[in-house]
Amino acid sequence: MKFNSVGQIALVVAVCAYLLSVYFMASPVWMGFTINALIVAVIAQSWNITGGFGGMSSFGHAALYGTGAYASAILQVQYGVNPWLAFAIGIVAGAAMGGFIGALAFRYGLKGSYFALVTLAFAEVLRICASSFDITGGGSGLQLKLEPGIANLQFPDRTVVYTLLLVVVALVMLVTYMIKKSRFGAYLVAVRENEDAARALGIDTYKIKVQAMVISGAFGGLAGALYLQLWLFIDSTVVYGSAVSIEALIGPIIGGAGTVWGPLIGTLGLHLLGEGAKHLLPNAPGLNFVLYAIVLICAVRFLPRGLMGLAALIGTLKTRKDEDHA
Amino acid sequence: MSSLILPAVLSGLMMGAVYALIALGLTLIYGVLHIINFAHGSLLMLALFAAYFLHYQLGIDPYLAIPIVLPVFFALGYALQRGLISPMSSGSEQNVLLITLALSMIIDNLALYFWTSNTRTVDIPYAYDTVEILGAYLPLGRVIAFVAALAAAPLLWLFMSRTRIGSAIRAVAIEKRGAELVGIDVNHTYAVCFGIGTACVALAACLLLPTFYVTPQVGYTFVLVAFTTVVLGGMGSLLGALVAGLLLGVIESLCGLFLGESLGQIGIFLAFILILLFKPSGLLGKVGR
Repeated sequence: MKFNSVGQIALVVAVCAYLLSVYFMASPVWMGFTINALIVAVIAQSWNITGGFGGMSSFGHAALYGTGAYASAILQVQYGVNPWLAFAIGIVAGAAMGGFIGALAFRYGLKGSYFALVTLAFAEVLRICASSFDITGGGSGLQLKLEPGIANLQFPDRTVVYTLLLVVVALVMLVTYMIKKSRFGAYLVAVRENEDAARALGIDTYKIKVQAMVISGAFGGLAGALYLQLWLFIDSTVVYGSAVSIEALIGPIIGGAGTVWGPLIGTLGLHLLGEGAKHLLPNAPGLNFVLYAIVLICAVRFLPRGLMGLAALIGTLKTRKDEDHA
Repeated sequence: MSSLILPAVLSGLMMGAVYALIALGLTLIYGVLHIINFAHGSLLMLALFAAYFLHYQLGIDPYLAIPIVLPVFFALGYALQRGLISPMSSGSEQNVLLITLALSMIIDNLALYFWTSNTRTVDIPYAYDTVEILGAYLPLGRVIAFVAALAAAPLLWLFMSRTRIGSAIRAVAIEKRGAELVGIDVNHTYAVCFGIGTACVALAACLLLPTFYVTPQVGYTFVLVAFTTVVLGGMGSLLGALVAGLLLGVIESLCGLFLGESLGQIGIFLAFILILLFKPSGLLGKVGR
């Protein structure tokens, strides 16, 4: 991977150093909360595909996350399907939901705030449905049986879980990097920058946007299915609630939307901040969201390209193009 | 079953009038500033708490609290637009959505911190006196809300069409630069408009409280209903918001009757998705947005 500046390299090295240092922390608290942050980083990367690269800002990524989690949970609890298979189907279900929402919304040309609101409405419909039907366990949710073992995709050892999650996050970022470098990625950015011009150049913008939603849905479903395997319990508010949608968009925006590292950096940074606040004010639930919101306002105002954009300004490196001109 | 339909429609209309009033504020802000105020529901929640504490601490009847809460929330809306939303968003639609989302997160979570998630209600003895209308028995509080919300709409319309500041708001909505050229203070006008939108919410809160409840989470429910109403009515259309609010109240009530109480709101959200997909310009909106 190539970076444009010393600042970006420093930022990425700092994040990697932190992720490695978690292995050596004496307190298990660090690993526990970093595990949560890594799952959020996956849904954040999911948002980044559509919202960051494609400029289609969704306010309802919980629709994808929850669908992945519920699909996997229903198959395991109600039909006794093998957890690995259920996990894979959860990813496919997320992708299908993404494609479905995208196909409907883009067919009617929704963009900007309208797209944001329709995704929000989808998440809310799914949340109400999930809390009302028997197959989803209604208001009490679904609980997986505790059966530790690799065959059941349940790992009691936190260090193993952490390592596996690091691998998953790395894979998701690798896929994102490959998308960014691909023709498809270039089309997606073209759609973001000027959709009419992209269409005039012969790009099937509808197809590109729906494909982006499918990939985003697969990542979102993956994040939801991961959450399920880790906690073995889901209910409608936990996986379809607005908090998921907010966490999905806030990390990339703060870290740098449309960059490979932005979602991970933003999510980790926010979670560290929230965790710090929890230690200062232990009896204040929801306070982390107040902090996130303040950071979001500042980021929108002062960091239009997020932390990665800020870091890019520090010690800009010569690119090949500059050398040609020199 | 059929004997239940008329009462359900009537009670849906009562609630729908309040939805309409909340949506009037949102649609006014959209029509003039061209921004979607995500914090609208949170401001409603805040106004509900304001009315609640005025009753709880000082014993002020929620209806009599209107002259207190209304100006305070007008000022709050004015200050938010002028001091936070406008300077922080640098004018982009996307940014406004994010700033108002952040604002709602702050308001909701601070409310949760200070007032906990307990459900609170006020005890106004006469609010649940029943009134018989067309054979249906409706709570007096809901009927008062219905009448007052319906009365607010023409008042708002009169204000917009007959006063100087109303004309300025309409001028800015149509042609911002032109309005600026003839000497209208655009930022002030925007903020006044945001203030009026917030005042609508404050009025709705005072009308709602006697027959409703308040929790810090209540705003989120209302904000989605308000969006639906605004989109259904045609973004920016005052009359549209009124009609759509009443319609959605009835849809919710009938869905609750046929599908069960917990699924009542699903009708609203399904309506929302369908309208956004098939007719984003709304029932009475202009085509070509």
